[in-house]
Amino acid sequence: MIVDRKPLTFWEKLYLPAIVGGLKVTLKHAYSTLIQRKVVTMEYPEQKWTLPTGYRGAPYLVKDQEDSTKCVSCQLCEFVCPPKAIRITPPGQAGQKADRANAEKMPAEFEINMLRCIFCGFCQEVCPEEAIFLQKDYSLTALSRSELIYNKEKLLSLGGVSPGIQKWKHKLEEAKAQENFPVKL
Amino acid sequence: MDFIPQSIQSWYFGLTPDGKMVLWSLVKIAIVIGVVQGIVMYSVLAERKISAWIQDRVGPNRTAPPFVKFIPVLGPFLTRLGIFQPLADGLKFLIKEDFTPAGVKKIYFFLAPALAVIPAMLTVAVIPFGSMIGDQKMVIADLNVGILYTFGIVSMGVYGIVLAGYAANSKYPMFGGIRSSAQMISYEISMGMSIIPVLLIVGKLNLSQIIGWQAANGWLVVYAPVSFIIFMVASFAETNRTPFDLPEAETELVGGYHTEYGSMKFALFFLAEYSNMVSSSAMMVTLFFGGWTLPFWGLDHAATSVGMGIAHVLVFLAKMLFFMVVFIWVRWMFPRFRYDQLMDLGWRRFLPLALVNILATAVWLWLKSAN
Repeated sequence: MIVDRKPLTFWEKLYLPAIVGGLKVTLKHAYSTLIQRKVVTMEYPEQKWTLPTGYRGAPYLVKDQEDSTKCVSCQLCEFVCPPKAIRITPPGQAGQKADRANAEKMPAEFEINMLRCIFCGFCQEVCPEEAIFLQKDYSLTALSRSELIYNKEKLLSLGGVSPGIQKWKHKLEEAKAQENFPVKL
Repeated sequence: MDFIPQSIQSWYFGLTPDGKMVLWSLVKIAIVIGVVQGIVMYSVLAERKISAWIQDRVGPNRTAPPFVKFIPVLGPFLTRLGIFQPLADGLKFLIKEDFTPAGVKKIYFFLAPALAVIPAMLTVAVIPFGSMIGDQKMVIADLNVGILYTFGIVSMGVYGIVLAGYAANSKYPMFGGIRSSAQMISYEISMGMSIIPVLLIVGKLNLSQIIGWQAANGWLVVYAPVSFIIFMVASFAETNRTPFDLPEAETELVGGYHTEYGSMKFALFFLAEYSNMVSSSAMMVTLFFGGWTLPFWGLDHAATSVGMGIAHVLVFLAKMLFFMVVFIWVRWMFPRFRYDQLMDLGWRRFLPLALVNILATAVWLWLKSAN
């Protein structure tokens, strides 16, 4: 693209219009800040953003409406996690069973290292049980690295409740319904 | 005077006039340096605050020593104003590691900050910052060649910058130093030329007498407005302020001549720049805006009482602070001049203009005296 560069007129060469213009612009802004108090700065710890829906903050585990852990320790999130921030300890064969009927199992321990987490949301996407969600916490602070490895208890308490379909609850009914399902050949 | 112990009184009255002069000069030097440093500290704050306001921000508003929050209304107010910020800044400079990069020319590297600061401090010596308090003239050295002294000292300031650029053994400071020397020379001449009409009109080099003339005949900015404009622009160039901040030019030269400096040595350059601003503002006030005088409320003649003396000092400070604010304000108005534009402005615009100005003033004075 060729920009048309007009030679400056004498008046423009004097710099005076530019000076007056500069004075006006700066004064206008100083006036709007000082007198009208239109400041663009948001003073952070006191004022906070309203986060948009779908914001990807820290991932936490959620419970269902009956206060039971949704996670079934399938370890899909652990495998998909790009920075390997999630570490799940499954209950094992002799381990503790799930806290509800018809659920396969429950993690013995579920740790997310928030220093490694990149808030990508893959864990949420991959979870078949809708047990982990990226929530709106963005300011995770601690005095040591180990404090930022959140365990199951902490993740559950921070995650709150996310009501949804309770697969395990209706599992038996579903199984029975499947048996009587009219299959036509 | 009863509160002063007898021994000190008798010692003071036993001094010879020379001894008294030395004593009072030392007192004045201490006070002036203290005040200038205070102004420098708080002009850094003013710079940050004013720039914030112009850019729709709030500026420094958090720093406060721990006890301040217990003061009811005043404490939070002062904190929001950023009053304690300069203290924190100064402390930071003091406790930072004084790092000397490998490969610098050590002697010059240490000498340069001192050479930058000393001339900046020396210029205020001849500036009359008030009329009289008691029987003391409010000027450290009432030289008969005050203006010449100022110009001599001010042009020394360039050595600090050039030496810093040379000593750092690095390309950006080198560029900064080169630019600074070229800039200083080109503007020094216009600056010197711009003063000549003032001297033609007043006929004296003594700054106190120039103020006296202005008190009697009106401010010199009315008689020599072109001189004032040239002097003001040249002093922007002299103090390396935008739009002539080519020696530092953060965006092109990293930090210019002080790129390799840190901690207190860097702070000294900072101090020099702001002290230069103070002395340039003081010079502008003295030469063109009547110094410590005001044409009304009887403030136009030397004070007879202590109260009037203090009022004069305050008038001077107020005028000076106004120009400090202009210095800061202008920084947010203009983009930086290109190197060739700067040279062009200095040599091909201001120098001829200053010469014509001298001629015009001389002709005007000649016509006036012929009548």
